[in-house]
Amino acid sequence: MSNLEALIVIIGLTAITVVTRCFFLISERELRVPGWVQRGLRYAPLAALAAVVVPELLMSQGQLISTWQDARLYAVPAATAYFFWRRGILGTIVVGMAVLVPLKLLLGW
Amino acid sequence: MSSSLRALVRHPQFATGAREMSGVSLGIAAWGLVTGVAMVKAGLSIPLSLLMTFAVFAGSAQLAAIPLMGAGSPAWVIWATALCVNLRFVIFSAHWRPFFMRFPRGQRMLLGYLTADLNYVLFMKKFKEPRDDEGQIEYFLGSSFMSWVAWQVPSVLGIVLADVVPTHWGLGFAGVLALLGLGYSLLSDKATSFAAVVAGAAAVAAFALPYRLNIVVAIAAAVCVGLMIDGGGDAGRRVLASLMRSKPRDGVTG
Repeated sequence: MSNLEALIVIIGLTAITVVTRCFFLISERELRVPGWVQRGLRYAPLAALAAVVVPELLMSQGQLISTWQDARLYAVPAATAYFFWRRGILGTIVVGMAVLVPLKLLLGW
Repeated sequence: MSSSLRALVRHPQFATGAREMSGVSLGIAAWGLVTGVAMVKAGLSIPLSLLMTFAVFAGSAQLAAIPLMGAGSPAWVIWATALCVNLRFVIFSAHWRPFFMRFPRGQRMLLGYLTADLNYVLFMKKFKEPRDDEGQIEYFLGSSFMSWVAWQVPSVLGIVLADVVPTHWGLGFAGVLALLGLGYSLLSDKATSFAAVVAGAAAVAAFALPYRLNIVVAIAAAVCVGLMIDGGGDAGRRVLASLMRSKPRDGVTG
């Protein structure tokens, strides 16, 4: 991809960021949001997180993990246990990585 | 302008927003670093990588687009992918609207541009309805400031140091762990937990869809299940009853 092509792609990607994030903020007109949509939106944040995270935890190359030699299988339970013990996100990251990195570096999982 | 900026930064909610975002900033930083490295490794020049990180400012869309750019995919394929990855922001923007509508369009768009995933999740967890007396916007800007810095500084470092940053030991997983911890902190009741399980399962089941549309499928599935439970219909009542059977809790709040 030439620099010019890449520049055009990046400009387009920027426009996509702006349009998607501002989609319902652009118009001044009264927007009637039906009650059921408002109630449904309560579930959207967690659903979006789960949709992004769960495939990252359970899949590689589009398939479910099929080996027990995958560092994530040990890092995720450790991180989960820490979270429900102490309720801290920073510690969750640290504990998960403390399990993941040695397994990857030493055993190549 | 400068005095109103100073008042903003001194507002207690600005500090609160920044502090609450700092809890996940380690994960944002690791993810930003990996994204910075990935852009250069995919063959983008350093100036273009810097432009991309500062202008596009959307980690998941960038990570989806970068390998396609490296492989020389047509622009429309890259845009379609990024658009689908970002469709969740359209849903979020409907949720943001009542909080931002008191501002003129230009400021609203600037606020909207800053509404990344983590700002959204933390904000909606804290504020249930729009009010102008509890520093909601100051909180939002504090958390946005923190997430912007936590993303951009490591991203630039990754771009500049792409050849020396080791990525084979799973650095990017720190970002996933940050999202995981944040997800756990949102599990407020049985209904939302069940909806999250549905979303996760749908995202895996629909993974083969092009342009990462599995994210949209998963959100739709979880919202439907949530509405079914809230709606009090026959099926919803049965699901709710079986969820409550193991451990009775107060009604569905959130």
